[in-house]
Amino acid sequence: MAQSESITAAIKTTATEQIAAIQAGALDARELFDAYRERAAADPNNAFTWVASETPAELPAASTPLAGLPVAIKDLFCTEGVPSQSGSKLLEGYLPPYTATAVQKLIDAGSTSHGKTNQDEFAMGSSNENSAFGAVLNPWDPSRVPGGSSGGSAAAVAAGQAPWALGTDTGGSIRQPAAFCGLVGLKPTYGSVSRFGMIAFASSLDQAGPITRSVADAALLLSHMEGKDPRDMTSIGLREPIEVPTRTDLTGLRIGVPEELSGEGIDPGVRASFEAALEQAKALGATISTIHLPNAPHALSAYYVLAPAEASSNLSRFDGVRYGNRLEAEDGSLIGMYTRTRTEGFGAEVKRRIMLGTYALSAGFYDAYYGRAQQVRTKIVEDFADAFSQVDLIATPTAPTTAYELGAKSSDPLSMYLGDFCTVPMSLAGIPAISIPSGLADGLPVGLQLAGPAFSENLILGAAHALEQAIGFDTAGAIR
Amino acid sequence: MSVADYDITIGLEIHVQLATKTKMFSPIETYFGADPNTLVGPVDLGLPGTLPVPNAQAIHYGIMLGLAFNCAIADRLVFHRKNYFYPDLPKGYQISQFDEPLCGPGNFGGVRIHRVHLEEDAAKLTHAGSSGRIHDSDASVVDFNRGGTSLAEIVTEPDIHSAEQASEWLRLLRTTVRQLGVSDVNMEEGSLRCDANISIAPKGSGVLGAKTELKNMNSFRFIERGIRAEVARQAAILDAGDTVEQETLHFDPRTEAITSMRSKEDAHDYRYFPEPDMVPVVVTSEMVDKAKAAMPELPHEREARFEALGVEPGAARQMSWQPELGDLFEEALAADPAHAKALAALITNELVARLEDGDLTQSKATPASLAQLVALTADGKVSTSGARTVLDTLVASGGDPAQIIEAEGLGAIGGGDELTPIIQAALDANPDVAEKLRGGDMKPIGVIIGAVMKETRGRADGKEVTKIARGLLGL
Repeated sequence: MAQSESITAAIKTTATEQIAAIQAGALDARELFDAYRERAAADPNNAFTWVASETPAELPAASTPLAGLPVAIKDLFCTEGVPSQSGSKLLEGYLPPYTATAVQKLIDAGSTSHGKTNQDEFAMGSSNENSAFGAVLNPWDPSRVPGGSSGGSAAAVAAGQAPWALGTDTGGSIRQPAAFCGLVGLKPTYGSVSRFGMIAFASSLDQAGPITRSVADAALLLSHMEGKDPRDMTSIGLREPIEVPTRTDLTGLRIGVPEELSGEGIDPGVRASFEAALEQAKALGATISTIHLPNAPHALSAYYVLAPAEASSNLSRFDGVRYGNRLEAEDGSLIGMYTRTRTEGFGAEVKRRIMLGTYALSAGFYDAYYGRAQQVRTKIVEDFADAFSQVDLIATPTAPTTAYELGAKSSDPLSMYLGDFCTVPMSLAGIPAISIPSGLADGLPVGLQLAGPAFSENLILGAAHALEQAIGFDTAGAIR
Repeated sequence: MSVADYDITIGLEIHVQLATKTKMFSPIETYFGADPNTLVGPVDLGLPGTLPVPNAQAIHYGIMLGLAFNCAIADRLVFHRKNYFYPDLPKGYQISQFDEPLCGPGNFGGVRIHRVHLEEDAAKLTHAGSSGRIHDSDASVVDFNRGGTSLAEIVTEPDIHSAEQASEWLRLLRTTVRQLGVSDVNMEEGSLRCDANISIAPKGSGVLGAKTELKNMNSFRFIERGIRAEVARQAAILDAGDTVEQETLHFDPRTEAITSMRSKEDAHDYRYFPEPDMVPVVVTSEMVDKAKAAMPELPHEREARFEALGVEPGAARQMSWQPELGDLFEEALAADPAHAKALAALITNELVARLEDGDLTQSKATPASLAQLVALTADGKVSTSGARTVLDTLVASGGDPAQIIEAEGLGAIGGGDELTPIIQAALDANPDVAEKLRGGDMKPIGVIIGAVMKETRGRADGKEVTKIARGLLGL
C-alpha cells in the first residue's frame, strides 16, 4: 500500500486519538478516509462485502462529534442504496430503501460508512466460515478464523481497514471475534441500541454494539448509537449518558468469577492469560471471589432452542416473493418456488437452525423445547440477579480457546456451539458485557469478558479501561 | 328426516377492519379505494430489518369493542406470531393474539362472546385465470394496501341456532360497531367479514355434531343462504347415515355450491409463539376509562329508551338497529313530543314501506312535517287513511301536512250530519250486508266502510262510520 508514513502511523492510533488529531488540525480527515477506503478495497482477509468506490465529495465537518471518521458496518445493517445481504446468497445484491437507526445515528454524529463487512450468514456462526461471500481470515494469522458472526468487522478493525466497526451480538457475535482479533467488543444491555434496520437473527437476543481498538473508542461509538427508537418497541436506550472512561484503579470493586464458566473446557493458554488478568485486577484494588451461576451450564442448550426458534420465524420472510433472489420451480408451482428459493438461497447452517427452530415450536414439542428453554432463561436471569447482589462485575474468559484454524470446527456444529458457552448466558439475561484483550497465548489474542447488571455500561467501561491500561495490549499488533 | 328434525348450532367468527388512520403495526396511512400497492411502506412489505410497533388507536378501538360486548378487558396486550407461508403474508407470519386475547368473555344481544382480539390483516391476492383459486391460476398478483391493516376478530360461543338468527344478530353487531365509530363495517369493501362454524345434531339429542367452517361470506344475504345450504348439506349426509367431516368450506353465492378448502388432515401447524419484536402493552385503567368516555349510546340502550317512551318493542328495535330511522324519529319527536308511539309507527310502518330498501334519502318529508301529520291524525283533523295520502305527497314532494290536507280536500269528515246520508246510502245499496249487520254479525261492516271511503275519498274515519251505521241500524 503506497500510503504515507504519517497516515500509516495515524491508522495505528485509536479512533478517539484520530478525532482529536482531526479536530486539532493535525490530521486530514479526507486523507485518512481515503487511506481506510484503499485498505478496505485491497481486502487481503475478505473482511468486506462492499467498499465505497470513492470518498464522499464532502465529509462531515471536523467539528462534528465523529469528525468525518469512517466506520465499517456489518453487512446485516440495512443501509439505503448499499448492498445489505446479511452474508446470504438469498439477499445477494439486495439494496434496502432505508437505513438502520443505529447507522443513521452515527451518520448524524458525523460518521460515514466506507464499507460493509462480511459475516456469518444471518449472523449464524462463530467462525465467519458460514458466509455466502467466503470465509474471513484472521489478521493475526490468516490460517485462522477471526471468530463470528461479526468476523468481518473484527478483522477489518484488527487489520487497520477501519478505525472501528459496528457488529451485532446474539450469543457472543461481537465479543468472541473481538477476543479472537485482539480488540475491544461491547454488547450493550438489550434494548439500549435500536434494532430497527438490523436484519434479524433472534429478536429477543440481537443487540448492536461497537468493535474497537480501545475501551474509550467503544464508549464513544456506543454513546452515538444508543437511544430509544420509536420504530423499535423493544428499545429503551440507556438510563444515563455514556461517560468517557478514565478510571485507572479498581479500588473497592468486587469481581466474581463464576466457577461454571471458568473451569472445565478452558484451554490452558486462555486460562493462564485469564488468571494473569485477575491478578492485575487484584493489584488495581479489586477483590476477586468465586461465585456460582448454577444454571449457566444449561444456557447453551436453552440458547440453541430459543435463537433457532425465533430465527425460523424471522427468516420466513425470505420466500422469493417480494425481494431477494427468486428461483422458479420447473413445475411453476408456488410451493416449488418457495422450496427452490430457500433450498438454494440458504446455506447449511441457516437451514440447520431453521429446522431446529421449526421443530422446537411444533405442536406437541413446544412445551418440551421452547417452553422449557424459556424457563431456563428465567432461571439464568435469576442467577445473575443473585450474583450481582454479591459482586459488582463478573469476569470470565470470553471464549474457551484462541482463534482456531479454518475448517477445524466447520464440520462439527456442536463443537462450534460449545465455543459460545461463556458469552451466551449474558445474552439470555440481556445484560451488558465487554471483551477486552488480556494478552497473547501462543501468539494469538485472548479475550477477557466483564459483565455487569443491566444498564451498568459506565461501570463496565470504567473497569475495562483501568484493566486495559494496566495490561497494555497492543491492539495495532496485526496492522501491517 | 328433514332439516327441521335437527338442532342447529352456529358460532361466528367476525373480522372487523378498524378505522384507524394508520396500519396495525406500521405508520403507513390506510383507506379504501387507493390504487394497488400505493399505501405500502417497508414494514408492510416485511422488508428485512423492519419491526412492528402497535397502533394506539387500534388498542383504544379494541377496548371499546370489548366494552360494547360486555367483555372482561385483559390487563395487558400480548401479541403472538402465527406462522405460515403464503404470498399475501409478507413476513411468513401474521401478528395476532393467541392465549391472552384483549377482551373476553362477554355477552352481546343474547349471544355469549368468547373473545375479541387484535391482529393485522393479510394482503389481497388476485388470481388470474378461470378458477379464481391459486392452484390452477395463470398468475397471481398481490396488493399490499390491505396488508397490515388493523383487524379485530370477534369470536362468539355457539349460541346461534338458525341462519335467520345469525343474520339478525350480525345486523345488530354491525349497527353497534358502526355506532362505536371504530369501523365502517362495510361487507362489500371487506371491512366486515364473517365465517360460520356450523354443526347439526338430531333434535333433542343434546350432542354436538362435527362442525364445519364456512368461510368469508361477504353479504348478509349470502350468510343466510350459505348457512342454510350448509345445514341442508349436513342434514343430507346424516340422513344417508354418513358422518360429517370436519373441514373448511367455501360457499359460492352464484351457484350456492359448497366446496372443500382444506380438511383437518392438512391443517396448518401455526407454531404460535410470543412475538419477540414487541413487549407486552399494559392496559391501564386510564386506557379503559378513556374508552368508556368515548362510548356513544349503543343500539340496545337506545331501544330501551325508545320503549320507555311508549314505543312498541318492534318499532323501538327497528329504529335503534337502523340508526337513521332512530335519528329521524328523535328529530321529529323534538318538534312535537306528544305522540311517540304513533310517530314511531308512522316511521317504521308507513314511511319505510314507501322507500326502496328503506333508504331515507329518497324521502322529501321533513321530521317536523311527520310530527305534524301524526298530531293532525291524533286530533281527528285527518283520518288514518287520509294521512296515508298526505304521507305519499310528503315523501314525493315535501311540504306542510295542513296545507296538503287543505289543498287536496283530505280533511276528515267529522260529525254525523255529513256522513249519515252517505252511510245510509251505502246500507241501502247493500241490503244483504245490512241484513247480516242487523242480525248482529258485524263482519261485513268493511263493505260499508269501503263504500263510504270511496264516496268520501278516504276522508271518513272507520270507527266513526261503524258507530253511525250501528245507530242507523238500531243496534
